[in-house]
Amino acid sequence: MPDQNIKMKGKERRTNPVSSFLLLTGQSVKMSLENVMANKMRSFLTMLGIMIGVASVIGLITIVSGATSSIMSDMMGLGANSLQLSAQGTDIHPGLLEDDMDQLRKIKGVTAVSPSVSTTTDTVFNGDIAKDTLVNGTDPIYFKSAQVELLSGRIFGDSDSDGNTNVAVVDKTFVQKALSGHGKIGTKFLLDGYEYQLIGIMKPKDSMTQDTWNNTGTVYVPYKNVLRMMNKYYVSGADIYYDSSINASVIEQQVRNRLDNIFSHKKGAYTIFNMQSLQEMMQQTEQTLSLMLGGIASIALLVGGIGIMNMMLVSVTERTREIGLRKALGAEPSRIQLQFLSESVILSLTGGAIGIVIGLLIAFIGSKALKTAFQISYPAILIGAGFSIAVGIIFGWMPARRASRLNPIDALRSE
Amino acid sequence: MGEILRMQNICKDYVMGDEIQHVLKNIDLTVDEGEFLAVLGPSGSGKSTLMNIIGCLDVPTSGDYWLDGLHVADEDEKTLARIRNQRIGFIFQSFYLLQKQTAFQNVELPLLYANASAKERRERTEEVLKLVGLGDKMDHYPSQLSGGQQQRVAIARAIANRPSILLADEPTGALDQHTGAQVMELFENLHEEGNTIIMITHDAKIASHASRIVKILDGCISEGAVEDA
Repeated sequence: MPDQNIKMKGKERRTNPVSSFLLLTGQSVKMSLENVMANKMRSFLTMLGIMIGVASVIGLITIVSGATSSIMSDMMGLGANSLQLSAQGTDIHPGLLEDDMDQLRKIKGVTAVSPSVSTTTDTVFNGDIAKDTLVNGTDPIYFKSAQVELLSGRIFGDSDSDGNTNVAVVDKTFVQKALSGHGKIGTKFLLDGYEYQLIGIMKPKDSMTQDTWNNTGTVYVPYKNVLRMMNKYYVSGADIYYDSSINASVIEQQVRNRLDNIFSHKKGAYTIFNMQSLQEMMQQTEQTLSLMLGGIASIALLVGGIGIMNMMLVSVTERTREIGLRKALGAEPSRIQLQFLSESVILSLTGGAIGIVIGLLIAFIGSKALKTAFQISYPAILIGAGFSIAVGIIFGWMPARRASRLNPIDALRSE
Repeated sequence: MGEILRMQNICKDYVMGDEIQHVLKNIDLTVDEGEFLAVLGPSGSGKSTLMNIIGCLDVPTSGDYWLDGLHVADEDEKTLARIRNQRIGFIFQSFYLLQKQTAFQNVELPLLYANASAKERRERTEEVLKLVGLGDKMDHYPSQLSGGQQQRVAIARAIANRPSILLADEPTGALDQHTGAQVMELFENLHEEGNTIIMITHDAKIASHASRIVKILDGCISEGAVEDA
């Protein structure tokens, strides 16, 4: 033994600081875990505040971002990479002529120009009259670009579009309301007094932006047919599709230049609705909303943090003697501090993790109820985890420091 | 055998309001390596304060203290913690074991604070627990052990880091006579193996197990023979 003692005297353990820090942290975490597990009920109640805080942050942000992406994808369906042009025209040039559209088609980057014109008329089927059917005049490009899916039948092609072929693609509402359910391909009905043949039925869009105001459904016919119905030779609107690699505002400017020429620079002759800028606006709104909701939910996190601090202070007081003993056995103040700090971080991080799961669950149920997309937002999860660690450190700091500063003699003597 | 502890003119004062209390008065004490010293004194004699200073839990108001050739003066807390970890093995009257940890984990603690490797810790912990006769109770919690066994765990913990001195404060105070005697036997064995032991007690009979006795009364110490007790 004496020999060993002598050996001990000269033996100062010098390990590399990183590995000794890791060792220290590992041991502190182990000790803290044991203590958290030893007081399960109390630990759970302490975590509750953080759980609620994180769950509400995650839940709200996930629901908002899910709803936003649903709206966005609906808008995509309405026309991503497209500009909606509405031309009121001038007295001498009251709308878009075929020739004008050809000019727009020549712009570099424009992939298609699809005229759109619509009116309402009565439908006659088997002698029954259905009032106010919405008739959309369009061309084959529309079906491809707007990603319209069919339940059955086909869309009309270029050969149907000469203005003299009476074919119609209809939606389900029209089949039910105007055709009393007779949705067979080839069914014939009268539109504005002319006989039309049903060639396709569209799949209803599973979206929040469905038009529900229309009573007797919608039919899509070649746009020249609609012009004939309306006794017009020009269209007052068009969708301009462009290559996705090209910036919307660049295309928009070029389109404007052409239109200014066509309408002799008259103000108010046309308006352009740019879907991309609307999307950007939506994204900004989402960010503002998330920030605001996050701000509200962080109050819950603050309350949770105070709960942790309270519990840690109680724990330090209860374990005064243990702290004294650890100090007598050679624990440096920094080690005591690290142990208590890791205990509060374990509490807050565990609470945060449970909160994330609960939040996602709430968001999942919420998105089902709201019929919006459920989309896990990874930044929100990172923020939730980061906040819980921060709360643990901030609110555990003071109690841990108090523990580390206890006088070992007083601590050992306390009962 | 060399000198392991030297105190010169150690004084400790406590300020109580306007009054200054002189708890230790000019203490001179030398302990050689391998000695088994008993500090005998009634309560209030200042023996606990002396123990705290020897154990580097407290620093004297004035005077010099060398432990193991190291001058212990106004050291910072971190250095004192290191000295306690490496050079002092504490044994307390009421054991002070962590109740939620096993005997093994309790003994391992000072080795953890010494940054010993996992292998080193396991080997040494098993070694000292076997030494105190608890090789088969390593996974028991303190509540599953008798008082005597608990104090053995505490002794194993005290010797785990091979300290310069074992510092025992009324080690049998919480034990019945029979188990107390067994614990004293363990101390005698440790003494025979060459450990330096300083034991603080109010019980002359317990003190008689030591090889040398000093008496402390009103903050002053005097050498006493074993026969006097």
